[in-house]
Amino acid sequence: MKLKSRHLLGLEGMSRREITLILDTAERFKEILARPIRIVPTLRGVTVVNLFYEPSTRTRISFELAEKRLSAEVVNFSASISSARKGETLKDTVRNIEAMKTDMVVVRHQAAGVPYFLTQCLKSSIINAGDGAHEHPTQALLDLFTIREKYKKIKGLKVTIVGDIKYSRVARSNIRGFKIMGADVSLCGPTTLMPVEIQKMGVKVYSDLDKALEGADVVMVLRIQLERQKGGLVPSLREYANKFGITRERLKGLNENFTIMHPGPMNRGVEIMPDVADGPHSVILDQVTNGVAIRMAVLYLLSGGEGKVE
Amino acid sequence: MNRSAREGKGSGYDLVITGGRVIDPETKTDRIADVFIRDGIIKKVEKARGKVKAKEIIDAKGKMVVPGLIDMHTHLREPGREDEETIYTGSCAAVAGGFTSICCMPNTQPPIDNQETVKFVYEKAKEAKCKIYCIGCITKGRKGEELTEINDLVQAGAVAISDDGKPVSNPQVLRNALEYSRMFDLPVISHCEDLYLSANGVMHEGFVSTNLGMCGIPSIAEEVVVARDIALAEFTQARMHIAHISTEGSVELIRQAKKRGVKITCEATPHHFTLTDEIIRTFDTNAKVNPPLRTKKDVEAIRRGLKDGTIDCIATDHAPHSIEEKEVEFDFAPPGLVGLETALGLVITELISKRILSWTQAIAKLTVNPARILNLKGGTIKRNSPADITIIDPKASWVVDPSEFQSKSNNSPFGGRKLWGKVCCTIVEGNVVFEG
Repeated sequence: MKLKSRHLLGLEGMSRREITLILDTAERFKEILARPIRIVPTLRGVTVVNLFYEPSTRTRISFELAEKRLSAEVVNFSASISSARKGETLKDTVRNIEAMKTDMVVVRHQAAGVPYFLTQCLKSSIINAGDGAHEHPTQALLDLFTIREKYKKIKGLKVTIVGDIKYSRVARSNIRGFKIMGADVSLCGPTTLMPVEIQKMGVKVYSDLDKALEGADVVMVLRIQLERQKGGLVPSLREYANKFGITRERLKGLNENFTIMHPGPMNRGVEIMPDVADGPHSVILDQVTNGVAIRMAVLYLLSGGEGKVE
Repeated sequence: MNRSAREGKGSGYDLVITGGRVIDPETKTDRIADVFIRDGIIKKVEKARGKVKAKEIIDAKGKMVVPGLIDMHTHLREPGREDEETIYTGSCAAVAGGFTSICCMPNTQPPIDNQETVKFVYEKAKEAKCKIYCIGCITKGRKGEELTEINDLVQAGAVAISDDGKPVSNPQVLRNALEYSRMFDLPVISHCEDLYLSANGVMHEGFVSTNLGMCGIPSIAEEVVVARDIALAEFTQARMHIAHISTEGSVELIRQAKKRGVKITCEATPHHFTLTDEIIRTFDTNAKVNPPLRTKKDVEAIRRGLKDGTIDCIATDHAPHSIEEKEVEFDFAPPGLVGLETALGLVITELISKRILSWTQAIAKLTVNPARILNLKGGTIKRNSPADITIIDPKASWVVDPSEFQSKSNNSPFGGRKLWGKVCCTIVEGNVVFEG
């Protein structure tokens, strides 16, 4: 089986079979990563550009490692939006890069729709590494992978995503991914950070954390940024922590096998308390480990691979 | 268009349009008739007995003969952005779209906020293919602070004032503008947008913006200002015209205000009665516009408002932008789309064909209604009116190809769309300025 598209723009519109293919492929790459020699020749001769218009540590390094472990040639391009806007347009920049013969472009940008825009002006395969608050598909895939690894299933699990839903691409991709895979998704956050009509994505919406956590198997905690306080969306991070911060106390009613996730970077002491982040239910570092395997799987499948990894 | 000359004794006419269905909302005319023109003036409208003689005869059999269309909301970009549109190229787009008069909004660079700039526009307009009317700014530099020298603007020929593209946020400034403009019986055209509520928004706030993770512009960003402006219009008894309304709530607010007798008028654009925010799913920056494309419910409300007369006019909000400015990230693209060359086709296809408006109702919103609001001559086919006339083939269909536009810009979201109704001929003061 192959993926339908040459690009990975988001999880919207993906089938359960496609996501399963990516997760299964990632499983085999994870095995490879456990070997003493963690490098395979799969993408030898393939040039991948990492185009990051927004600061990123985790995602950028994870992609770069995935590319290098597949033996791809890697070029990194980081630019701040402000300097890029003064000079040439995004279209000109990417066409110039492609003119140097590249095969795949991994793009992170603060504006929603940029990966789609790149498919219109380039021949390369485009992988979305996060566009505005729209999608962050590889993050959601690695989250799905981590959960499937632990529970051996996704269908029927109750997933609660807590925090700044409005500005979160991680939330949107995870809602799509978990819904496609048959999980039950609830959202919880301040009403000012809950985007309008989000219920239409097939989720339940709460502003009472205790109610949202009832019966949850998976609690995904999102980062709350100081900008939200400046923008008047929450009165203070202190109040946010009091009402939505995940403490051990609040998790007491959960079933004993629950899971804590966070896409990072964390604000310890605000949205998540250190003892929860580092506690036995946390899979936060597993998420990071699995990110490399997921990105290897995506790169491999988009370059024409068919899911049989040696 | 079949044009011929048949001169002979007693032919005192320059042009006669024969056999067409003459639709003139002002005189409530809808019948087959001949239109006789001399010296740029309509001399009579009647069914001629016997052979018509004139210097030129246009056979309009099977066609609609309507007053030349008037667009009361056009952005011409001159002075300042002549790379996007000039007064001349804008006029070419206008006549290709059946418009014989267009009103240019003052958000040029520099803005039209003083007599000299108004005079500059009218000077340039001498070369234009259609009539150009100038709308001046409400405030100096469109900053929303100090009133412009409105008397000066009027003396130079401004037909209305507006800070279009920006609201006049300070209600005291707008109150002063309304009261002052009463001296000139001058309409004040308001761009209704609360900048706090719309801040950072790039599209309508609704399920689509939530899905795409884009910052939304909520309906209330428009409605709170519509409500405020209705209150100001009622209080000052001045003439207020609301530009490009886009939401169900705005339509209802204006409907109720009109019932109370408030002197308020409004317009809607073809894109707001045709498209919804669903189109943004493809990140087409040509569909990025302010006010944004709203939902199906809003489109339906606009159509009802057009039908019941709440919405007086259809205006294009023709807003040319260069390709390089539009071919960027959706968030960074400037809002606006060109509309002069698709407006009539959309009115016919979306409103007349779907029986939302009759021909007379639709044409009224493109002719006599804007003419009355702006105190313009024309907008009618009757004796002694200027011979500004548009001839339309209602049965012809065409496919929109923005690369063929007369406009200097082609930022239209309607490319590839099949439209009914073709402009056969546009006549300004008795001269044929466009033939389709």
